[in-house]
Amino acid sequence: MRNLVHRIAEERILPVRAELDEKEEFPRALINDLAASDLFRIFVPEEYDGMGGGCFDLCLVVEELSRVCSGVAVSFAASGLGSFAIRQFGSEEQKRKYLPDVAAGNKLTAFALTEATAGSDAAALKATADKVSGGYVLNGTKQFITNAREADIYTVIALTNKTKGSRGASSFIVEKNTPGFSFGKKEHKMGIRASVTGELIFQNCFVPESNLIGKEGMGFIQVLRTLDWSRPGIGAQAVGVAQGALEASVEYAKQRVQFDHPIIALPVVQNKLADMAIKVEAARALVYAAARTVDSGAKQISEESSMAKVFASDVAMEVTTNAVQIFGGAGYMRDYPVEKMMRDAKVTQIYEGANDTLRSNIAGEVRKRGGKRN
Amino acid sequence: MNIVVCLKQVPATTEVKIDPQTNTLIREGIKNVVNPYDTYALEEAIRLKERFGGIVTVISMGPPQAEQMLREAIASGADQAYLLSDRAFAGADTLATSYTLSLAITRKINECDLVVCGRQSVDGDTGQVSPQLAQTLAYSFVSYVDNIEDISEGKIRVRRMIEEGHEIIEAFLPAVISVVKGINVPRLPSLRGIMRAKNAAIPVLNAQSLDADPQMIGLNGSATKVVRIFSPERVCRGEKLPGDAEAQVDCLITKLRESGII
Repeated sequence: MRNLVHRIAEERILPVRAELDEKEEFPRALINDLAASDLFRIFVPEEYDGMGGGCFDLCLVVEELSRVCSGVAVSFAASGLGSFAIRQFGSEEQKRKYLPDVAAGNKLTAFALTEATAGSDAAALKATADKVSGGYVLNGTKQFITNAREADIYTVIALTNKTKGSRGASSFIVEKNTPGFSFGKKEHKMGIRASVTGELIFQNCFVPESNLIGKEGMGFIQVLRTLDWSRPGIGAQAVGVAQGALEASVEYAKQRVQFDHPIIALPVVQNKLADMAIKVEAARALVYAAARTVDSGAKQISEESSMAKVFASDVAMEVTTNAVQIFGGAGYMRDYPVEKMMRDAKVTQIYEGANDTLRSNIAGEVRKRGGKRN
Repeated sequence: MNIVVCLKQVPATTEVKIDPQTNTLIREGIKNVVNPYDTYALEEAIRLKERFGGIVTVISMGPPQAEQMLREAIASGADQAYLLSDRAFAGADTLATSYTLSLAITRKINECDLVVCGRQSVDGDTGQVSPQLAQTLAYSFVSYVDNIEDISEGKIRVRRMIEEGHEIIEAFLPAVISVVKGINVPRLPSLRGIMRAKNAAIPVLNAQSLDADPQMIGLNGSATKVVRIFSPERVCRGEKLPGDAEAQVDCLITKLRESGII
């Protein structure tokens, strides 16, 4: 499977990544290629036309895609994120209705939690879902949602009970083209520009009872579980872009001649490459270990998946920055791929749990167990 | 529709070295890939299956390692595969190769409406196997096909590339066609295809199971023999004529007359 994704990345994504980045163009044709090769099936159970893979398989695919273009990788991975709640907490009817299309890659999904006033402080969300006859009416705005407008299926978190804080939140499946559901601003980003990030607007948007995922009030628990599951995927995205940067750096250093020799002969460059390689390996090991823990069905996965995400994203930022440095002046130019990798890497430190928030959480866990081994 | 596709494994590089003693290609250490033109043939066959229904069978005459290529063809959408492999097939020229391939079709596959081949292999470059195969099978043959327009009422209508344009040819089925680059963009394998291919049985057919005439296979069945393969020595000899164009023409005419050429 890794070889297949590697081939798709090299043959189909590599030739167009610079253009997608330049134009901030959603890679619809590439998404269709991934769908044709059954890649969306990996995170859907077999009963719903999937291939029953888990977090580990998702990480393998995301890493190989991200090695060539993080923007494409994110568009793919976000569909795993947006469908997780249905897979994990959905009713039989909901799974049968939505998952086969997700598995076939016919419909993309998106995960709608973040709001203008609720990022790291996700519990401060304001979107509401008022109970009415036959269903709920959604009101509110979501910000920075990956796959906005391109996805057909949205997992939306809103407050069914405004007095209980985050315990009053519930998750809903909202389909594109539902009356009252529209799209706002499309963001212009520093990196992952092929991925579309935008605003979702809900104005008296009615969703039927059957679109509530699980029970009222379960929204936040579902969110936390969803993010725990997906964090190794962000780690894999980070490892992938770092890997791509490392390979590009080695290739460049071998042929760039200064002072009569290829610069790879210089100890200062060799030290950089060695450190980059060591960190990529370490990040990879941590990410896949966390992925395995997630797939094992263990109860406590938050800390490990957070650690993997924090470490890998910091590594990605460091490695891609060093890659630009090794390329020197050329690295600063848009003609060469590494400045894009550096721009793409930054977001991995920010989304799906800003590293600052995660560090704070990890510190809490470490303190609880007195710093002892898990 | 029953479609057969002929695949060949070739060295992955154009920089093949020749062993000066045996006059053969040095294949060690060189990766083998499917002949690029054959990937277009396979893709076209799969598209025809999707359009008209039927079965796609891939065959290859080659050493045991060619099995991997056949498996990948199944992963892309072929239904079944046969590997034709036997020491006795070795050293075959295009005539012996096409005879051997024809046996797989007439003795094993039996039902065949269309054979799709790549226009030529990138190592031999003769382009002879597909027409020879058609001749052996007594099928119609059209080469350099860049679009299949229609298949109906026992006929196939294709667009064929010629030097300065195209011609539309209609041929009776069963037929052999060879296809060119640009007829399609080959698809990538799918995960389900890869899993199916992993478990697929690929029978190996040898000379005996094909009931092959030993005089018509391998070296024995080859009407041509490779005497020598060599890169021509580059000899830089020549004279640059002085002056402007008119002066050069006068000078050239004088020299050609002097040497009795004109």
